[in-house]
Amino acid sequence: MLTLLFDGVAYGMLLFVLAVGLAVTLGLMNFVNLAHGAFAMAGGYVTVLLMDRAGVPFLATLPLAFLIPAMLGAVAERTLYRPMYTRPHLDHVLFSIGLVFMTVAAVDYFVGSQQQIIKLPEYLQGRFEIAGVGIGRYRLFIVVVCLVLTGLLQWVLARTRFGSRLRAAVDDPRVAAGLGINVNQVFSVTFAVGSGLAGLGGALGAEILGLDPTFPLKFMIYFLIVVSVGGTTTITGPLLAALLLGIADVAGKYYVPKLGAFVVYALMVAILFFRPQGLFGRAATK
Amino acid sequence: MTGAQASLAADARWRAWELALLAALAGSWFIVGEHALLANEIAVLALFALSLDLILGYAGIISLGHAAFFGFGAYTAALFAKHVMPDPLVGMLVAIAAAAVLGAASSVLVMRGSDLARLMITLGVAAILFELANKLDFTGGADGLQGVTIAPLLGRFEFDLYGRTAYAYSLALLVLGLLIARRIVHSPFGWSLQAIRDNRLRASAIGLDVDLRLGAIYTIAAAMAGAAGALLAQTTGFASLDGLDFHRSADVMLVVVIGGAGWLWGGVLGAIAFKLMHDLLSAWTPQYWTFWLGLFLVVLVMVGRDRFFKPWLWFRRGGRS
Repeated sequence: MLTLLFDGVAYGMLLFVLAVGLAVTLGLMNFVNLAHGAFAMAGGYVTVLLMDRAGVPFLATLPLAFLIPAMLGAVAERTLYRPMYTRPHLDHVLFSIGLVFMTVAAVDYFVGSQQQIIKLPEYLQGRFEIAGVGIGRYRLFIVVVCLVLTGLLQWVLARTRFGSRLRAAVDDPRVAAGLGINVNQVFSVTFAVGSGLAGLGGALGAEILGLDPTFPLKFMIYFLIVVSVGGTTTITGPLLAALLLGIADVAGKYYVPKLGAFVVYALMVAILFFRPQGLFGRAATK
Repeated sequence: MTGAQASLAADARWRAWELALLAALAGSWFIVGEHALLANEIAVLALFALSLDLILGYAGIISLGHAAFFGFGAYTAALFAKHVMPDPLVGMLVAIAAAAVLGAASSVLVMRGSDLARLMITLGVAAILFELANKLDFTGGADGLQGVTIAPLLGRFEFDLYGRTAYAYSLALLVLGLLIARRIVHSPFGWSLQAIRDNRLRASAIGLDVDLRLGAIYTIAAAMAGAAGALLAQTTGFASLDGLDFHRSADVMLVVVIGGAGWLWGGVLGAIAFKLMHDLLSAWTPQYWTFWLGLFLVVLVMVGRDRFFKPWLWFRRGGRS
């Protein structure tokens, strides 16, 4: 039972790291980016390919799994996304679906459509018991890494100058710009970091979530659930939503395997019905 | 007649080219020859796109889960034919009614919230149905529902291997759907929907019951999508998870956008263009055709639909972008 809870927490933390970039994109620029999963997939493939073809150890690939998607994100933001911000939501949706289709087919073409298998190092395999609770080493590793990341994010947002600029821009981009904050630049950096985090999440999650070219499509709805249920105005909202989703998903698959992901979707529809702005979000000001 | 009345009525008048297009649709049955199966798929897709256009183009609801009703109609028609009676017309009515009930029930969910919440709810409803169809026993799971036999149409016309009957059947329903949709969008109800799409707050300020009207059009669109799904199930004798897949919702949205949202004939023309493009691309690169589809979408949105299809605007200033 507690093992299940722990697995759910690990899963939820992973989802949080994957989706937090999306929350900021959506909150800041009101941009519905369905292609967020593509950056996560990029990170996953960076790790897998480096390990398989270049023999780089697992831990050493993780910084690269952050950096490469972050760079991709920065470039894509500058060239592709920026002209889209002022367009209606329908255009956002179509545009990002198009991007997803392209990445899925491109990865399929270059790497192949098979499921990628990641070989974890010895010391991250297996599980041990604490007070009768079975804890997988790798799961623990994920929880620790994600906790550190969350703490770091929270610190940046709450304590640094960049964080306060970002929060100001999220609250009201026009007034923030009027105060001399370079909203576009803030947004570029945030987009890149968000993509990088997604990439890191994809690399960490390759073992648990699986990695194949359809990854962005398969998990798109999960990211969107985290964001829409958690709200986009805080960082704790998506975190709690991700934990809730992770636990509900693991528990749902364990106790009622016949219904599978049904539990999660039903829960989401119910929550959004009663609180359209998300569980922890404020009513939209825009 | 006042000026406003006259200008609204002028929209509703039948134009010569509309009659010509209707005639061309009906006439296509005589010339399709061995391509009847492909033509049938186009007709089904056109009906499906028409239903999405009603809510997307006219009422402004962005739905990423319209396939829910398509798949629901398909499964209902297939199950009905398998377990109750194989007559296609009765099955069609049952499927339409079932999809309408589902649409009415989920329309309550769609009325609330922002674009994002609506996107998520439509996506979620489709995902729920997909999971149900995948896991329940009587739907056949991932294999789909096989071994459905459909009785001859009107007791006389057998659904043959070449799809001649199937195409006639789909074409008849498509034309019927077009006529109904045309009547709806040119009615006062249709005008009020466009008012809601353009400015929801103002529409409610002049005394329109926004929720009720959105619910009504959502139900109608769901019924029509159900009809399209039932058509596919009946003419192919097969219902599968594919009908509920996210791909299908995205494809139909693309069809509407290619053809032009908020324009009834857009669904038909978009469906023809999309299917032909799909066939050409997948004949050329069977595995990677989605890449080109994605590229097309991205370019279409970046350039802007108007400029994409009207190259003569390229050198003119102004316009939307």
